[in-house]
Amino acid sequence: MPFQIILNLIIAVMWMFLSETYTFVAFVSGYLIGILLLLFLQRFIPDTFYLKRVFKMIQLVLLFTKELLLSNIEIIKMVYRKDQNFKPGIFALPTDLKSNWEITMLTSLISLTPGTLSLSVSEDNRIIYIHAMNIDDNDEAIKSIKETFERAIMEVTR
Amino acid sequence: MIETWIEIIVDIFIILLLLFGTFFIFSSTIGVLRFPDVYTRLHASTKAATLGIAGIMIGAFLFLFAEHGIVSGKLLLGIMFVLLTAPVSAHMIGRAAHHTGIKPWSSNDKQQDAYADAIKEQKNK
Repeated sequence: MPFQIILNLIIAVMWMFLSETYTFVAFVSGYLIGILLLLFLQRFIPDTFYLKRVFKMIQLVLLFTKELLLSNIEIIKMVYRKDQNFKPGIFALPTDLKSNWEITMLTSLISLTPGTLSLSVSEDNRIIYIHAMNIDDNDEAIKSIKETFERAIMEVTR
Repeated sequence: MIETWIEIIVDIFIILLLLFGTFFIFSSTIGVLRFPDVYTRLHASTKAATLGIAGIMIGAFLFLFAEHGIVSGKLLLGIMFVLLTAPVSAHMIGRAAHHTGIKPWSSNDKQQDAYADAIKEQKNK
């Protein structure tokens, strides 16, 4: 992936020199041409096309925005409720993610989604402890986190 | 004629965004006051405040762009940094609270605390 980005940048700079206009617009058009070239010559370049990963990243951001909106509506419902009969508690979420970067992403995403707040990560990076607003549906929460966020992060990083 | 209509619509949009942001920040403050313990209060302060700040920042960005033609990158960067820092600070405060021995509040006295159990298990080993 870094190799492809460097290649793309080199093509963009070369385009600037070829057309002899040293502006940002020329750079952007050169970059677009580089993307096209990379797309056509995909077979001869190692690794998959890097924009696929960028696309996945955009999908992750969109998913995150959606969950943020939903979580806010949920929290506001709880704030303005007359009786406070929710049952908070802490549950453990086993995770398959390995590197520090991935786990940081996952804990941040968990903190900003409905009814969950990551509290701590175990020493061996295998378990994340999460505080939930309603402990009763923690199985459902584990499942949804595993199926949406963990998978989305894996698609970006691997 | 059409231009004035577009201006009015943009203005209404900006006002709605600003109101949306202030409403969420207001609700998060009420949540901090009403919820029973540290952890639930953290829920209110991190989530709602983040979205509220994002709403106000986007509103201000649109206003500057529509009225003065300024593209203010600082506001967009501000949203990004709030999104990055709010969950981390909540994580740290929550962990610190747990380490000082604050137990999560429960409406019936049956607390579920997997983290405390794990710490106990580790000590016993």
